[in-house]
Amino acid sequence: MKFSESWLRTFVNPDYTSDELAHALTMAGLEVENLEPVAASFEHVVVAEVLGVENHPEADRLKICLVGVGEHAKEPLQIVCGAPNVKPGIKVPCALIGGKLPGIEIKKAKLRGVLSFGMLCSARELGISENADGLMVLPDDAPTGQSFRDYYALNDKVFTLSLTPNRADCLSVYGVAREISAITDTPLASLKMSHVSEEIPDTIEVHVRAPDACPLYYGRIIRGINLNVDTPLWMKQRLERSGLRSINAVVDTTNYVLLETGQPMHAFDLARLEGAIQVRYAEAGEKITLLNDSAIVLTPDMLLIVDDRKPLALAGIMGGLESAVVSETVDIFLECAFFIPNCISGKSFTLGFSSDSAHRFERGVDFAATRSVLEYATELIQSICGGKVGSVIEAKYQLPERRQIAVRSDRVRRVLGISLTAEQIFEYFKRLQFVFSENDGVFYVTPPSYRFDLVIEEDFIEELARIHGYDAILAQQPRAELSMLAVPEKKHTPAVIKQMLVMRDYQEVINYAFVDEFWERDLLQNNRPIVLKNPIASHMSVMRSSLIGGLIANLQFNLNRKQDRVRLFEMGGCFECDSNGDYRQFDKLAGLGCGDVYPEQWGEPARAIDFFDLKADIEVLFHARELNFQPGSHPAFHPGKSARIIVEQNFAGWLGELHPHWQKKFDLPRSVVLFELSLDCLLPKSLAHAKEMSKYPPVRRDIAVTVDNHVAVQSLLDVMQESKSEIVTEIVLFDMYRGNSVGEKRKSLAFKVLLQDVEKTLTDEEIDNAISSLLHVLELKFCATLRA
Amino acid sequence: MRDLNDIVKEAEHLFDATDDPNELEHVKARYLGKNGELTELLKGLSKLPLDQRPDMGSRINQTKSQIETLLKSRRLFLQERALKEKLKEEALDVTMPGRGYTKGGLHPVTQTLMRIEALFHSIGYEVASGPEIETDFYNFTALNIPENHPARAMHDTFYVDNGNLLRTHTSPVQIHFMLENNPPFKLIAPGRVYRCDSDVTHTPMFHQVEGLWIDEQASFAALKGVLVNFMKQFFEQDNLQVRFRPSFFPFTEPSAEMDISCVKCNGKGCRICGQTGWLEVLGCGMVHPNVLRHVNIDSERYIGFAFGLGVERLAMLRYGVSDLRSFFENDLRFLKQFN
Repeated sequence: MKFSESWLRTFVNPDYTSDELAHALTMAGLEVENLEPVAASFEHVVVAEVLGVENHPEADRLKICLVGVGEHAKEPLQIVCGAPNVKPGIKVPCALIGGKLPGIEIKKAKLRGVLSFGMLCSARELGISENADGLMVLPDDAPTGQSFRDYYALNDKVFTLSLTPNRADCLSVYGVAREISAITDTPLASLKMSHVSEEIPDTIEVHVRAPDACPLYYGRIIRGINLNVDTPLWMKQRLERSGLRSINAVVDTTNYVLLETGQPMHAFDLARLEGAIQVRYAEAGEKITLLNDSAIVLTPDMLLIVDDRKPLALAGIMGGLESAVVSETVDIFLECAFFIPNCISGKSFTLGFSSDSAHRFERGVDFAATRSVLEYATELIQSICGGKVGSVIEAKYQLPERRQIAVRSDRVRRVLGISLTAEQIFEYFKRLQFVFSENDGVFYVTPPSYRFDLVIEEDFIEELARIHGYDAILAQQPRAELSMLAVPEKKHTPAVIKQMLVMRDYQEVINYAFVDEFWERDLLQNNRPIVLKNPIASHMSVMRSSLIGGLIANLQFNLNRKQDRVRLFEMGGCFECDSNGDYRQFDKLAGLGCGDVYPEQWGEPARAIDFFDLKADIEVLFHARELNFQPGSHPAFHPGKSARIIVEQNFAGWLGELHPHWQKKFDLPRSVVLFELSLDCLLPKSLAHAKEMSKYPPVRRDIAVTVDNHVAVQSLLDVMQESKSEIVTEIVLFDMYRGNSVGEKRKSLAFKVLLQDVEKTLTDEEIDNAISSLLHVLELKFCATLRA
Repeated sequence: MRDLNDIVKEAEHLFDATDDPNELEHVKARYLGKNGELTELLKGLSKLPLDQRPDMGSRINQTKSQIETLLKSRRLFLQERALKEKLKEEALDVTMPGRGYTKGGLHPVTQTLMRIEALFHSIGYEVASGPEIETDFYNFTALNIPENHPARAMHDTFYVDNGNLLRTHTSPVQIHFMLENNPPFKLIAPGRVYRCDSDVTHTPMFHQVEGLWIDEQASFAALKGVLVNFMKQFFEQDNLQVRFRPSFFPFTEPSAEMDISCVKCNGKGCRICGQTGWLEVLGCGMVHPNVLRHVNIDSERYIGFAFGLGVERLAMLRYGVSDLRSFFENDLRFLKQFN
């Protein structure tokens, strides 16, 4: 909503500066987005008449003009001008000697040898408009010699409001004035109520077939108008300052009325109408071409204005091109109606364009003013274009109800947390022009016809708070019953998990949850990705089911920026569609390592990060829980360097090296190791349960065996754990060796075995028995041989 | 026979002149060895008259012990000196960098979220969460945004399929929580939200924290109290100026927008605040009775307030980040600044 301040002040004129007014509006919920003067500051610019034009003898593009400036000079001034549109007889703004324009001071000057005593101005030079196609040509009746600032009413500012959708009532200059009247407690001038009596008998039949959508329809014929007249300057100015271009006097007037009163209107060229007017819903497949040149195939939820043969307009949204008022139009049919917001709203969204009319109707237009606005518009059109007026055609049905609402002082106190006195409430409602009565602390208020946002008690409480001022409601620290929040000890918080990775040198990243479909279909072989209907870009079109695609993209991005040691993790939601078509969200944690294991340094030899480095990180995350890694194959990973991670018998995720063909495809210079875990599996934590410490020293024995290469260490450990004697407290692999001395396709594994008894010192015999039974079972199950 | 005192003096002198521990033992033998001077003197005692023997014996033994003491102290001195020299040779260049890993870091959005959570946790807010693929009902209808409402168009929603969409705000978590719990309660719901909008000041995904307090005593004044308190603590500025302006959200009534005085220029006007001196930081209001009705809470008995704040916005202001999009580029050089 954009309008000129001087227009506004014709209705309400509080003793506030422009800035104070803007602040008051903002603080009342009508945010002033912008406030700027309509013209730059300038001095000594007057209305001038170009009396004569001659070519400059020395320059093709310059003209020597003789300019009348009234009382400002005894004789016409000689002014050199370069504008292509200068010609004798036009009126233009002229800056006199001594005048100041933005960035220019006007002095007597010699231009290519010819003296010039002033400057003829363009709109741009005066800071009025960005368009400066030559001189700003003024109407012929502009009084020569008058101060241009006064003539063009330039001591004015333009307000731009950013309105919330509930405040339809402020989508007009008058509506804003009404609001200012309430918030500043200043009298409001009433809208002009005119009545134009009929001069011709002509009418047109109107049938409203959808009275639920159009409960009020007024129309009137005006014949014999003259569209060759200029729209009056004052009207043009106000339209321009609201951002509207002048089109013709009739269209300008309906636009003007819309801006001033908030009531959209439409004028049809009567000559293009055939038969009676109907208001009805469209039939599927009907077509119309609108004023904005868009051809639309209509759907049955769209309300139309039609005649006997064709759709004329998309009701409340936009008129049709065919019946539009054009410069040749002589007779018009003027429509002023009320459409129910619900029947209009959402349509312009579907159509992909909006209009000033749709914007207002979908939010709610004052249905009590419809008739008088039609009269007002008629009067304006007649006064500008002449013509003879027909009688008003009316179709009226059930209008929206305005139900009386009880507003309890006590409820006001509870919701706002401050006590407003009955007098205050009385005064605020009065300032808002609400109709109300009071009984025993309860106010019975009827919302005005122009307010569509006052339906329940709280709506009125907000009105009271607004007028009282939100800032006048003092902040209070709330009082509440105290009880402690749960602090589960058998669960990690996600923050703790993140911290563990941070301390292990990982940097957290956050990626968009929508990814390239390719990541899902190819990298993860997910053939049911969740596809967005309206993605913002093709590379963000499906919901991720895994975080690893994002991490690889981050790696590429950073490698391109010479970051060659990259360790990243992300924790976040992943999405899957189950077989029932239901969407499920899983929070996951994924990590990536690429480059050297340590930052380049003197104390450690450079070594590339590998599978076992990330495995150690995972072991830390699952510390003290039963954790197993099983060979597994995943579409993204190297088939021989990937593992399924099993935590307490549940599948928890993957660890693997990126498959070499992906590494090549993504143009990654070094191998990349990734893991991805389910957050649900990561969070459980066992509560510590202390055991008695043995007083007797543990005994360490090492065993070294050779087994076939393909035998997994874990299987040896599992078998030993299962069969070990009670005195064996710990078995740990501490060395692995492959080489000639152990034979081809064999490997040597060395385990540290700790033995201990809680009650006594172990005897050599007990120790030997325990060790030999371990060796025995390894030999039995894996053909392990004891290594000398 | 030499004067015993001379022997002591001479021994002391010779000990002090000896730097080598082995040499010291040779010097010692001169006096105390098998054929040492004092050993010889003791041997010679038997040649003395009986009555002189005790006296002489005791004097020789005394001398011997004097020399032994001197010897010990010299030995100790040499040992200590040797140790000192050895340690000196072992000295490290302590200015060499440490070995091994360095430390990673949390994303600035995570750090901001943690800070917000900690502040609200300190007054008893619990953390709730909800799905990011939402139904139309939870994201709009239950929040008093019926179909065709102009507010829906303002939300730039990503749609998945019939009735499913990416949540446009964290407010639907309110609905999930209220359906599953009985008041009174206070909760915050941090999380990712999605809007179909991407330019210099919008990313299609961003983070919000929704807050909700339902109680018999909640009020607009209390809402102001909590949020003013929060902003001052978040920015660690006791003199932070705030203001509340009426606004519109379908799920709150009355509704407000909260501005804080620009944390960059202290309200004087700068590029960050668009020369206004104020920064819009969050939307809030009293929970609309229609919302409470949708979750079967008696709006006569309970009153609630809710707020929704943009996490990236707070992070930008707090850490001086000028481009919103840098949060999602994941450039390590950018991220490491927050470690």
